[in-house]
Amino acid sequence: MAQLDSKIPPGPLADKWRRHRADIKLVNPSNKRKYEVIVVGAGLAGASAAATMAELGYRVKCFVFHDSPRRAHSIAAQGGINAAKNYQNDGDSVHRLFYDTIKGGDYRSREANTHRLAEVSVNIIDQCVAQGVPFAREYGGLLANRSFGGAQVSRTFYARGQTGQQLLLGAYSALSRMVGAGGVQLFTFSEMLDLVVVDGHAKGIVVRDLRTGEITRHSADAVVLATGGYGNVFNLSTYARGSNATAIWRAYRRGACFANPCFTQIHPTCIPVSGDYQSKLTLMSESLRNDGRIWVPKRKEDRLKAPGEIAEADRDYYLERMYPAFGNLCPRDIASRAAQRVCDEGRGVGETGLGVYLDFAEAIGRLGESAVRERYGNLFDIYHEITNENAYRVPMRIFPAVHYTMGGLWVDYNLMSNLPGLFVLGEANFSDHGANRLGASALMQGLADGYFVIPYTIGNYLATQKPGSRPAPDGAEFRAAEEEVRGRVARLLGAMGGEPVSRFHKRLGAIMWKSCGMARNRAGLEKALQEIPPLREEFWKNVNVPGSGETLNQSLEQAGRVADFLELGELFCRDALAREESCGCHFREEYQYPDGECKRDDEHFAHVAAWEYQGEGKAPLRNVEPLAYEFTKMSVRNYK
Amino acid sequence: MASENTTRNISVTVRVWRQAGPGARGQFVDYPARNLNPNMSLLEMLDVLNDELTVKGEEPIAFAHDCREGICGTCSLVIDGKPHGPHRGVASCQTYMRSFPDGAVITIEPFRASPFPVIKDLITDRSAFDKIQQAGGFITVRTGAAPEANAILVPKDAAELAMDAAQCIGCGACVAACKNASAMLFVAAKVSHMGLLPQGQPERDRRVLAMVKVMDELGFGGCTNQYECSAACPKLISHDFIARMNRDYLKASFRAAFKPVTATAGGGAA
Repeated sequence: MAQLDSKIPPGPLADKWRRHRADIKLVNPSNKRKYEVIVVGAGLAGASAAATMAELGYRVKCFVFHDSPRRAHSIAAQGGINAAKNYQNDGDSVHRLFYDTIKGGDYRSREANTHRLAEVSVNIIDQCVAQGVPFAREYGGLLANRSFGGAQVSRTFYARGQTGQQLLLGAYSALSRMVGAGGVQLFTFSEMLDLVVVDGHAKGIVVRDLRTGEITRHSADAVVLATGGYGNVFNLSTYARGSNATAIWRAYRRGACFANPCFTQIHPTCIPVSGDYQSKLTLMSESLRNDGRIWVPKRKEDRLKAPGEIAEADRDYYLERMYPAFGNLCPRDIASRAAQRVCDEGRGVGETGLGVYLDFAEAIGRLGESAVRERYGNLFDIYHEITNENAYRVPMRIFPAVHYTMGGLWVDYNLMSNLPGLFVLGEANFSDHGANRLGASALMQGLADGYFVIPYTIGNYLATQKPGSRPAPDGAEFRAAEEEVRGRVARLLGAMGGEPVSRFHKRLGAIMWKSCGMARNRAGLEKALQEIPPLREEFWKNVNVPGSGETLNQSLEQAGRVADFLELGELFCRDALAREESCGCHFREEYQYPDGECKRDDEHFAHVAAWEYQGEGKAPLRNVEPLAYEFTKMSVRNYK
Repeated sequence: MASENTTRNISVTVRVWRQAGPGARGQFVDYPARNLNPNMSLLEMLDVLNDELTVKGEEPIAFAHDCREGICGTCSLVIDGKPHGPHRGVASCQTYMRSFPDGAVITIEPFRASPFPVIKDLITDRSAFDKIQQAGGFITVRTGAAPEANAILVPKDAAELAMDAAQCIGCGACVAACKNASAMLFVAAKVSHMGLLPQGQPERDRRVLAMVKVMDELGFGGCTNQYECSAACPKLISHDFIARMNRDYLKASFRAAFKPVTATAGGGAA
């Protein structure tokens, strides 16, 4: 059984991080260059970590499967990044951001981690501004803010509807600087296919060059995974097509615990599905909920009418009705379930009946079309490109879609997994958002982990490793891992079955969405757990991966990732079944209040479930890390 | 609302560049694509076609893609002779089948430019752009050393113009569209974004000198003011930024002649 010591420092909440930084071990400057650190992924977390560790003097190797580190999916985040600057003088503070995040996560995240996140949020804005990130400004030249879901203050910084892009390009520029300076060795088109563990410590990775198929081994003193989330287990999601779980899944199979895999955010404002050819779902930023009003017709009979023909009195602005205090800005999980509920009642709009209106008529009347265009122009453009509809004239149609995974590899306060030497940052870890993430907090966490946490905490581990003691990449463990990777590749290419990879991915996605999407119940989850293993078996027998392993082969890349999703999906459902309560995004139909809100069971489930791999065909072990709330009172979330 | 003609399915012929590997001889191959929902994206059409090829035992068409919402800059197709296809201000992934008439022959090629060698079929290697960035496309700021954010005032107009330039997604359509394979729009966007902001002033001269030097070394051509680049740009970045970069470059060159600013001073921390 894995030892799960969260290593939360003692002392008052607000002092923990400061004291921890003062207490943890340091590596002296002339020794730093003797350590090599592997960073996998170059999104916000990976790029900021690689750049910052290289600035400190560590020798960093950064691996990305994309053709350039600037392609990571952080680039697609639209709305903004939170920081407790209180520039609006509206009552914000580090404590309030901490509290909103803990409450938004429905009391399933660690107090200490979340508080640290709120603390360093202010440094992130300073850092990004200094890098030249062109945040929105007021006429006086000061930074502008907007409000976001789950908060009653305006603390979100933004760069039009492309905040993720601008923050990522900032981190990419810092990374590029360090590549130019020789501090980071960059490996593009390089996909990590296994983790190498030597004497219980993570000491390297096995990588496939996606251009040539060459498989290589790399050793290091520590390995940092910043490979993002696993929402593509649902096939259709707002993730990029290439986003995958292979790096974290391979680490799980090597002994790293996987925490809360069933915690998945379903984002309320996405463009609805239009056909079975669909390859992805597109998000419409939550910032739209600042000015857009969400509604459906009061009567089912009106659902196919043109929206303009439905009188004001016949519209149900259901979020404003159900949650008057937060209205359209209630948290994402609540907004998503409410949309599902009105659609289940038969009041959903559009041909499929799976959609609700997001209406800007009132905002255009109040602010004028040009002000709305200035705030959201690019989002209206995206909507137009995809749907061929003009949202300045007719309301947008939106529906919830899989968007983010709060679960991920288990890490302690230092962001180190239960495998010593393996660090996990950003969406790939589980630590800060609990059972639901608030808007504009993913960018915050990615950059907090990379710029301001790992540069300190990695030293605490490396100081225990003798300089120069890292294993050579030709040891037995490395060769064995490479052989396993080669075997998998050969097996995928050798199956020569009749079905392309995409069909298995679609079938898995359909099972996941049906049984483990917005609402879950025992019967559905048990059924999914019976359906996934045979699907996986069929995949290995009947998948068709054309071409060879010695060239660029996208079918092979996709096959490896889907093979891992076919395993992860099962763990996901297992976790959802074992968590017999509703909390945040995890809505078990058996556990709800009469008004349909989540009914938590703090007595039995105020804990992190960290799953431990036990070997092929064996049931994984469910370890538990209890969550103690010393500084906040666990309450029922109330946004009414 | 969507007009009615967008709901009738169409059939097209896709004429695709197939090339087995770097340096291999390539050729166009025609594939029929039938019964397509016009609301399908061009890339989704290729997904469906690739599944059909797979089932038939042929190798699918390799094409670069990722976010499929026009922001990551991965997709890079020349569609009917135009980088990113017939519509202005969108990437290849934002091209929908409703843009093509029933029975159309759609020609799809990779971005063609000698600094972007073909890896396979429609995928090219654009790492040259990363090398230009590494030479000077940054503001040197060590993590943790930044001053309080609101201590740096940025006039709203400057921030807006900087953002216009900063929107560049690094796709390389500007290079593919240019008869000289010039990367001037790409480099000008980065130089202007940082040069317009107060934070970017200390390194303004060395940045432009270093980035232009590496751009030239990598084999990108010069600008002859045809503006094909800005016409093909999925973010509609204006060629005015090229003029801005030229001014910066000229001033920096003069100043470098009198005081020690060198193009090799890039690489920041060195």
